[in-house]
Amino acid sequence: MPNPMPSQTGRTAPAPRSSGRPNQLFRNLNSKIALIPMMLVAAVVFFGGTVWTVIYSFTNSRLLPRASFVGFDQYERLWSASRWIISIQNLLVYGILSLIFSLVVGFVLAALMDQKIRFESAFRTIFLYPFALSFIVTGLVWQWILNPEFGVQGIVRSLGWTSFTFDPLYNPDIVIYGILIAGLWQGTGLVMCLMLAGLRGIDEDIWKAARVDGIPMWRTYLFVVIPMMRPVFITTLVLIGSGIVKLYDLVVAQTSGGPGNASEVPAKYVYDYMFQAQNLGQGFAASTMMLLTVAIIIIPWAYLEFGGKKRG
Amino acid sequence: MRIRAFAAVLAATAALPFAAQATDLEVTHWWTSGGEAAAVKELATAFDATGNKWIDGAIAGSGSTARPIMISRITGGDPMGATQFNHGRQAEELVQSGLMRDLSDVAEKGKWKDVIKPSSLLDSCTFEGKIYCAPVNIHSWQWLWLSNSAFEKIGVPVPKDWNEFVAAGPKLREAGLQPLALGGQAFQAAGLFDVLLISIGGRELYEKVYQDKDEETAAGPDMAKIFAAADEARKLAKGSNVQDWNQATNLVLSGKAGGQIMGDWAQGEFQQAGQVAGKDYTCLPGLGLNQVLTTGGDAIYFPLLEDEEKSKAQEVLAETIVDPKVQIAFNLKKGSVPVRGDVDLGAANDCMKKGIEIIARGDVAISTDQLVSADSQKQKEDLMSEFFAKESMTPQQAQERFAEIIGSAD
Repeated sequence: MPNPMPSQTGRTAPAPRSSGRPNQLFRNLNSKIALIPMMLVAAVVFFGGTVWTVIYSFTNSRLLPRASFVGFDQYERLWSASRWIISIQNLLVYGILSLIFSLVVGFVLAALMDQKIRFESAFRTIFLYPFALSFIVTGLVWQWILNPEFGVQGIVRSLGWTSFTFDPLYNPDIVIYGILIAGLWQGTGLVMCLMLAGLRGIDEDIWKAARVDGIPMWRTYLFVVIPMMRPVFITTLVLIGSGIVKLYDLVVAQTSGGPGNASEVPAKYVYDYMFQAQNLGQGFAASTMMLLTVAIIIIPWAYLEFGGKKRG
Repeated sequence: MRIRAFAAVLAATAALPFAAQATDLEVTHWWTSGGEAAAVKELATAFDATGNKWIDGAIAGSGSTARPIMISRITGGDPMGATQFNHGRQAEELVQSGLMRDLSDVAEKGKWKDVIKPSSLLDSCTFEGKIYCAPVNIHSWQWLWLSNSAFEKIGVPVPKDWNEFVAAGPKLREAGLQPLALGGQAFQAAGLFDVLLISIGGRELYEKVYQDKDEETAAGPDMAKIFAAADEARKLAKGSNVQDWNQATNLVLSGKAGGQIMGDWAQGEFQQAGQVAGKDYTCLPGLGLNQVLTTGGDAIYFPLLEDEEKSKAQEVLAETIVDPKVQIAFNLKKGSVPVRGDVDLGAANDCMKKGIEIIARGDVAISTDQLVSADSQKQKEDLMSEFFAKESMTPQQAQERFAEIIGSAD
């Protein structure tokens, strides 16, 4: 059987220099036609679904959507619910810390890996392995590790330190850090791989030049290499960021929001209120708030990043 | 060769639907703990005996995990043959929007109106004069399960009511035992609170709060007593470190905990473990104080299907569920009370007999699932699970928020 061939039609023909300016609409017509289904999906499912959700967040829909509008009632209730406030705080703590730690740890690991060490691929595999596990599995594994009876605490106590206490998942004050540990363990490997790829993309000559100039290695990393790796950092940021916002399954597997509601997160609030409480309106209001938060962060950034320069 | 084997597998899987009978009926439920699974098997066997086939659609986790899946299947156009819900308002909107099947004919034929006791069960199946579900069993929440061996260990006679149990709490703690076992699932804390409310505060207070939804009563001094009791329970429950209710029951079973407040479905676990009521464990209905039981429980709802044969099978299943023999077999295993007043449970154990007696006496109240919407129930669950986990939250703060929830409840 003939193997499916890489189709020529989908490829971009060597683009003519932009000085030519043929009709923009018909440029790469084939690829545009091929994109139509995807564009339709994006328009109808993503955009349409979003608009629909926002509209229905102003209704008092319970189990089934119902177009009887009640103004901002759902939002008032949302912001007076202590569980929602706790969720937002948790997401902030988790988000900021996981952003900082996964970037720093990921980059340091990558930099160490880049020192032409032995068994590099073995280390790379080890660090990346957790990423192959789903959040549910990760959560269950860490639930056991952090379980006071069977996990770390149990082991240390059996070694003789009987007063040793380490039970983040059962202490409402620090439970979010227990979840953070699991999240970092799972995600840092991927960050490391991306960073490593970025580092490998840096021209060897830059290093040579820096060495000739007598710049210490850490300064070369900090002031030369990192700025050059900007695109990699942006990719990583987007990946980590979306991981933070949709944080749900890890919490469900590790604590299911407990103890009490100390480790609740917004995505879980949305799900619980939409389906368990059979109150779609409330769930929609919560998800609209999530969208708004993301938009507040993304839009100014995107404006700065893409807004100013208009490159044809 | 490979391809041929592959084709054979393909053919086999394609042939499968034809080999099976057309009257397969998928039944979804969340009866997954040991005692529950044994009870479902009785139901399935009885249904299979009618010439149809029970396709088991068990969904692990508690009802709060399972219900969203069931509801989204029904609203999403992929209805199962039949599904479990609790008595009450969980399926209310599904019925209102015409997604559920009217069982009035079956009910009339089986004279459900006369045999099903208490009648509030059938009332919560009824919408605009039509009957939409088949009640399976009666469950009550108001039980305190005690481990006899735990109290033997500390040399204290097994408590006869909640007050004695609270008094024995410190001694249990000293002996390295968990006084009160309470799992982390939110419904457990909320359920425990409701039990305290009706058992300590009495039926009138309970009805004032949940039926009349009277905000003033909820904020009043009578409720303050309940919150004080909940505060005591919270201290006794500290350190349970388990999630599921049956894990908590297991702590009592194995003598690691003094007691647990849990519905009578916990009975199934004791039975499954071969323990004897009165000897290995003790049960106190109404916490030994006010012996009033709420008559919640499970009912089977039938989504509206187009397939005629399946619709017929649905009728058969509805008849099977209410059948006296099936009622006995199912409820003995499950530890619940039959929905019929006219069956004899000679084989029931002491705890069940106590329950049946209380229900026959008419000391019953309507369950919160029937009185309060799922939305308000969830808000209450959120509050209670926070209160039980967060020691810095005072009973007064909790009561204030509780009153707000009751004030806006529907």
